[in-house]
Amino acid sequence: MAGPQVQLVVTCLVDAMTPQVGRATVSALERSGCRVSFPEGQTCCGQPAMNTGHTEQAREMAAHMLDVLDATTGPVVVPSGSCAEMMIHHYPRLFEGTEREDQARRVAARVRELTQFLVDDVGTHIRASSDGARIVYHYSCHGLRGLGLDRTADRLLYGVERLPLDGDRECCGFGGLFSIEMPPVSAAIMDAKLDRIEASEAEMLVGGDVSCLLHLQGGLRRRGSPVAVKHIAELLGDGE
Amino acid sequence: MSQPVGFLGRAAAIVGSEEGAAVDRGARQFTLSRSLALAELPIADDLRKRARAIRLRSLANLDRLLSRFTDEATAAGCRVHFAGDADEANRIVAGLLAGSTLVAKSKSMVSEEIGLNSHLESLGIDVVETDLGEYITQLAGDTPSHIIAPVLHMTRQQVGRLFADKLGVEYTDDPIRLNRHTRETLRGVFLAADAGISGVNMAIADTGSLVLVTNEGNGRLVTSAPKVHIALLGMERIVGSWDEAGVILETLARSATGQRLSVYTTVITGPRRPQDPDGPDEVHVVIIDNGRSDVLAGETAEILACIRCGACLNVCPVFRTVGGHGYGTVYSGPVGAVLTPGLMGPDPWWDLPYASTLCGACEEVCPVGIRIPTMLLHLREQAASEGRLPGWLNRGMRLYTRAAVEPARWARLRRTARRLSAPFSVRGWIRRLPGPARGWTASRDLPRPAKTSFAEWWREHRGA
Ligand code: SF4
Repeated sequence: MAGPQVQLVVTCLVDAMTPQVGRATVSALERSGCRVSFPEGQTCCGQPAMNTGHTEQAREMAAHMLDVLDATTGPVVVPSGSCAEMMIHHYPRLFEGTEREDQARRVAARVRELTQFLVDDVGTHIRASSDGARIVYHYSCHGLRGLGLDRTADRLLYGVERLPLDGDRECCGFGGLFSIEMPPVSAAIMDAKLDRIEASEAEMLVGGDVSCLLHLQGGLRRRGSPVAVKHIAELLGDGE
Repeated sequence: MSQPVGFLGRAAAIVGSEEGAAVDRGARQFTLSRSLALAELPIADDLRKRARAIRLRSLANLDRLLSRFTDEATAAGCRVHFAGDADEANRIVAGLLAGSTLVAKSKSMVSEEIGLNSHLESLGIDVVETDLGEYITQLAGDTPSHIIAPVLHMTRQQVGRLFADKLGVEYTDDPIRLNRHTRETLRGVFLAADAGISGVNMAIADTGSLVLVTNEGNGRLVTSAPKVHIALLGMERIVGSWDEAGVILETLARSATGQRLSVYTTVITGPRRPQDPDGPDEVHVVIIDNGRSDVLAGETAEILACIRCGACLNVCPVFRTVGGHGYGTVYSGPVGAVLTPGLMGPDPWWDLPYASTLCGACEEVCPVGIRIPTMLLHLREQAASEGRLPGWLNRGMRLYTRAAVEPARWARLRRTARRLSAPFSVRGWIRRLPGPARGWTASRDLPRPAKTSFAEWWREHRGA
């Protein structure tokens, strides 16, 4: 089957911190029959600035991304519920009543989060594999509440041994710069989450957003926990 | 590091304490009860849409509803007063209480908002809270930590010790016995009080009626036993008709405590009529603005649609961790983070909108669908533009933005970050960073930026 040509937006965190998630995303898309392009010049969606209240700067970054993406065609696929939600819901809001409004709507309509795209748009046949590790899944907030991503992740994980995780729909306490601005509060929320992850006896924590995962992985490492942390793309594709 | 110290300072003192743990337990219990109570309603979504429409309509027609309410309530024999701000409200109530020495009070958040108790006490009037939670709060010299459960932060052992200390009764942590002590004390207060003061859950314009929702029946005694009843009405807590009130009541109790209906729903339309066996001779309604008109005219107007169910507090990860005391005022949690700076101004409350991970659980749970996260973003924008954020954050964001709109600079920024992180890294992970970033490494490791970025890998392996 010849799948569509897609434009990959890897997100700033994947680009700089976890490029293996980007490579796994490419692999998952290609295994699902897609052809992948990577628009040059992409940087950050602007969410960090929007969330601290630096709205003008968020608009500058968003405008840059809009120009980069508007020069391409086809679905824009993002391996992050949070960044996808930013582009889908907040771009049109940020440019409402400005001359970029149409452009923001046009691009937003093309944006898909990875699991959503694989399941709903492509109807992929591939399924996740954890190489036998028993996993728990954390539903990150923006993807879950903003885009309804629980169903698509569940579908892709069919066949992996999943353990129940108490509070798997509750925030992990990351919250972007919240984690640096309010360290004791963020850490306390995280600790409650880590306690539950450890209590689940899972060998691997899987999620759909590198941001929350880095926060949780950093916390697990600090505890000396052996639980591995992976992005769902890494269970779907070959990242090496 | 200069930080939004207010919230953070208060929160840091609570995180990990017995108080924090008690709040988390209580909030989770409420959330569970709520989902059970809503699950049995096949029309929960529909109900939410209707409740939202009703509340937004009330706000859009507030002037008309208030004047209709005033006419109808006056016709029913009430006296309606209007207070522009907290001082005026306190003065009006004090004036109505001239000559009184003892007042029985049922739960009223707006009375906390205007600081009524301390004002009346400064005039030599004894004010006794009769809601069990508020009674405990008053006894402890504390402030409420949750809009519907004032002592969510206390364990029953703490309450037992408090009663033993302050009331000289034998220590017990049995809620039933503690309750009995309270009831015995309060019976006397109801009968002796010169006046009763209550809040109002909802006013109904069509009939000039006041609706009070309680679980203990104290509201009923406060508003019927003393000769004078003074009702404090937040200006926005009004709906047009009984049909509308029914929809709100249907959702309020389920969202608040997971009950189908609260134990007591009291409706008051005017003072005692000649044929009534009891009831007050005078009913005064004090309608309080205190910043609401300003909120109504601004970008966060929708927060006034709130029906004070507390559901957003119970699901909020930040509230669950720090409890209401972290927020520093009577309105806490997500609703408080929007409402408090709106009603009381940004000084010093501008930092409350930052006390959120923007997880969206509040909007998801709110029975009137208030878009709290969007409003938090708006208030953050306001705070940033007023120059309230720490310098490192503003400078960092400028640097980051300049790089993000210029790809060559972006690649350089990443390489610089990798180079600067070298002395802090061991096998690709960082345990401690200086400056603001130490907020991260205080409790988590941080991976070092990758040697080869994804963009570099793509160019090398897949580029044209
Ligand atoms: S904002 Fe919504 S959820 Fe929060 S207290 Fe008000 S009505 Fe309830």
